[in-house]
Amino acid sequence: MDWLQQHLLTGIIFMPTFGAGIILLLPAGRREVIQRVALGSSLVTFLLSYMLFVGFRQDATFQFIELLPWVSAFGMGISYHVGVDGISLLLIMLTTFLTPITILSAFDSIDNRVRGFMVALLVMETGMLGVFASLDLFLFYIFWEAMLIPMYLIIGVWGGQRRLYAAMKFVLFTLFGSLLMLVAILAIYSQGHEQFGYYTTNYLELVTLQIAPGAQAWMFLAFALSFAIKVPLFPFHTWLPDAHVEAPTPGSVILAAVLLKMGGYGFLRYCIPLFPLATARFTPLLVTLAVVGIIYGALLAMVQTDMKKLVAYSSISHLGYVVLGIFALSLQSVTGGVIQMVNHGLSTGALFLLVGFIYQRTHTRQISDYGGLASAMPNLAVVFLIVTLASIGLPGLNGFVGEFLIIVGSYRTQPVGAIIAAIGVILSAVYLLWLVQRVFFGPPGAAVAEVSRAGKPLQDLTRREWAVILPMLALIVIMGVYPQPFLRRIEPAVDHLVQSYHASVTSVPFPAGRNETSLSMEEIQ
Amino acid sequence: MLTWGDITSTFPELALVVTALGLLLLETLREPPRDKLVWVGLAGIVVALVLEVGFPVYGQFYSGMIAVGDFSRFLNVIFLVLGGGALLLAVPYLRKTLEERGEYYSLVLFATVGMMFMTKAHDLAITFLGLELLSISLYILVGFYRNRVSSNEAGLKYLLLGAFSTGFFLFGAALIYGSTGSTHYDAISQAILNDTHLSSALTLTGFGLLLIGFSFKVALVPFHMYAPDVYEGAPTSISAFLSTGPKVAGFAALLKLVVVVFAVTTRHWWGAIWVLAALTMTVGNLSALRQDNLKRMLAYSGVAHAGYLAIGILVGSLESAFGIIYYLAVYGATTLAAFGIVAAIEKENEAGLEVTDYRGLARRNPVMAAMFALALLSLAGFPPTAGFFGKFFVFSAAVSEGYIWLVVLAVLNSLVSVYYYLRPVVAMYMETADDESPVVLPATLVPVLVLLVVVALGMGVFPMLLVSNSAVAAGSLF
Repeated sequence: MDWLQQHLLTGIIFMPTFGAGIILLLPAGRREVIQRVALGSSLVTFLLSYMLFVGFRQDATFQFIELLPWVSAFGMGISYHVGVDGISLLLIMLTTFLTPITILSAFDSIDNRVRGFMVALLVMETGMLGVFASLDLFLFYIFWEAMLIPMYLIIGVWGGQRRLYAAMKFVLFTLFGSLLMLVAILAIYSQGHEQFGYYTTNYLELVTLQIAPGAQAWMFLAFALSFAIKVPLFPFHTWLPDAHVEAPTPGSVILAAVLLKMGGYGFLRYCIPLFPLATARFTPLLVTLAVVGIIYGALLAMVQTDMKKLVAYSSISHLGYVVLGIFALSLQSVTGGVIQMVNHGLSTGALFLLVGFIYQRTHTRQISDYGGLASAMPNLAVVFLIVTLASIGLPGLNGFVGEFLIIVGSYRTQPVGAIIAAIGVILSAVYLLWLVQRVFFGPPGAAVAEVSRAGKPLQDLTRREWAVILPMLALIVIMGVYPQPFLRRIEPAVDHLVQSYHASVTSVPFPAGRNETSLSMEEIQ
Repeated sequence: MLTWGDITSTFPELALVVTALGLLLLETLREPPRDKLVWVGLAGIVVALVLEVGFPVYGQFYSGMIAVGDFSRFLNVIFLVLGGGALLLAVPYLRKTLEERGEYYSLVLFATVGMMFMTKAHDLAITFLGLELLSISLYILVGFYRNRVSSNEAGLKYLLLGAFSTGFFLFGAALIYGSTGSTHYDAISQAILNDTHLSSALTLTGFGLLLIGFSFKVALVPFHMYAPDVYEGAPTSISAFLSTGPKVAGFAALLKLVVVVFAVTTRHWWGAIWVLAALTMTVGNLSALRQDNLKRMLAYSGVAHAGYLAIGILVGSLESAFGIIYYLAVYGATTLAAFGIVAAIEKENEAGLEVTDYRGLARRNPVMAAMFALALLSLAGFPPTAGFFGKFFVFSAAVSEGYIWLVVLAVLNSLVSVYYYLRPVVAMYMETADDESPVVLPATLVPVLVLLVVVALGMGVFPMLLVSNSAVAAGSLF
């Protein structure tokens, strides 16, 4: 048991790659075996990560640490160093929870080159888990970049008509940010050498660095640019709609649900602790961009004619809340930001899945082709409505917890931002409910009519589709009704983050906010 | 006085020379066993490898003209592997084009000996001899296809420009001899250190001219003009050798000169080297963007990589020397394999070299497609391939010395390079061919691909083997 505890995190990170290795050894023709192996290995990963969730001590320290020297000539101090705190724990859980679901949904939606797809998806899971678990700057960068190629292939090989354009745009945008981040990492690395007398990329040591304000500013911008592109923050978002629309459904799900979270996670893990002074300086900029993104994404979502594009723009809007919460830098708002990342992963992931289900039956995503779907597919309509309401932030569903914490928490530090964000909530209700209305109610649209003319009535959710969507629905409800187990794990880490940020920016420590959050949680219920 | 020790210090080279001469003799037989010649050449390489690695020698030999140590040993292993690769790649290529002759194998071995002497050299005369042995063998090899106009043109172009650059090298060496009174590395280095007014114009000018000579060999902009034409016209198996061997040998010899002899002088030239590096990577990458012919694209990619390496030369610290050596090993293996695949896909009459000819390769031969993608991703510097580590080491050495803007320029260049490195990947995986007939993987390509996987992927995940050897090699220079 001890051995397992010590290597649990490594096991979680590399279990998907192990599965991918097995799949590569299977002949490409054995489709069902390949699908089962992929699903199996991602389920094992999830079970292992559940052990992580249960075994996690609820404090601010990093746990399940594993540290092995990796590259060490000239005391280069690059190591394989992984560990989790409350923030990364939740995102790891999100990843391991959604990957099996995505793989299961790919059983139906991916029918050519199944082996390659499963390998790419599993390798990408390893990359994402590695990003969330790394405690070494170098290792983090490796994982950060390593998942670019699988995603590139997923969009480029299995995508829609303009897939080549979208895939290349995705890679070039993301790389542009991350290569500048690499320069900043190199600069921190050499700063560390000056201050400690030895080279190290150990995150836990580097956060103690005292970097001059001027240097902090450009390093912060280099990191922030990379994360802002990933989130994506307005005005770096233009790759996202293309990538989402062209990606196959499972690709969109992973992209929206997990990949984008790496940006928010990066802000929390690297930007704020490493460069507190620069954070204080650039907070107004980032909050402004976040708020503009909330409104801009919502307005654009409103005028979309393509369902997938609508969901993509709603992502931009919803992730604006995350960034607002993070840079409002109060305990509630940051906690809300983390929870909102998970919520967005669940609800937007589910929305992409549902749009994919519909698309598979009718082969169109144009909203104007639809109408009256609710009478043909009542179950799907109900599920879609629940997910939509969660996404809007209806109390009792998960979206509410995050949005509420963010808006309440940021009102104290960023009142204007909080007020505009609250308007954004109304806008999101408008475009999402309008979408539901146009697609599911009213007279039957062209696509629906055509299918029924062909004599095959639209089939409601199949058993496999239920299996895909039900776990997500369950979690949406659980997190809405009883978010405590999640909040309890996040709070100590966020508290530590916020406290040490305020401690390094001002000499007056920020009032401990532990009780306030539990207070606000009581208000929620 | 020639001693037994002197001779043992050059055993690997002697083994190769004997093999090469033997190959020439075999070729004169009435019915030369041409399909077996390659094995003779490979046997020579293996013997030389065993001698190099198994019987390590340290110290200066031949009256101090040759210095053998960890640096020369590690690089010579790279040269031998590259030479062996060039032999293996040639077999299917020469057979396909009905030009299998013994001179080819023999000349590759002679070129390898030249490279080995360039790193063992501890005297400008020996450096020059090594350089010439390498160059002259390559002039012939580039023009090896007597009946191909493109091959002749490439050979002539390479000969003329190569001879021109040799002139620069010699003139530089002469000036340095004039100012320091010696061609021996240690003596020159002493003379420079003792020289109170550093700016001794002769040494400075001489080093500048040496730098130009090397810039030709490793194709730094603006001395790179010949590279794409020569690489395109040369037999593809020779392009593979040409884009790896001379570049690795040139940078290794330059590194040794910069670190051991001209550390002070280099600092006076830093502005010029800065500009050379910046120009080389930018022009190389931007030109590669416009190429549809894979050989030309890889040629410009080689130019771009020379630019990254020039950053390491500019920095000149222990860390950067280590970075350069590591980078050279990885670059050599990946580029060799990339050209190897290009050679295997090329059809007779120089067709099948365009990006569009790679459409659907993922279906027509999944292994070759995956390998080509791996080589390209490593060249582009995607983690976790070894290509990323090479860039990381060189760039981090540069940032420690304060060359942040040059590194910013370098990473932006890597971004540009991703576009053209991914073009063949797009063609192989995301487009379909009109002709979906399977492509055959030549058996002799397999060892090269194994080398690629071991270096590009293996050394990316478990980099310590290559890292520690490069570190020892770099350390022995200081």
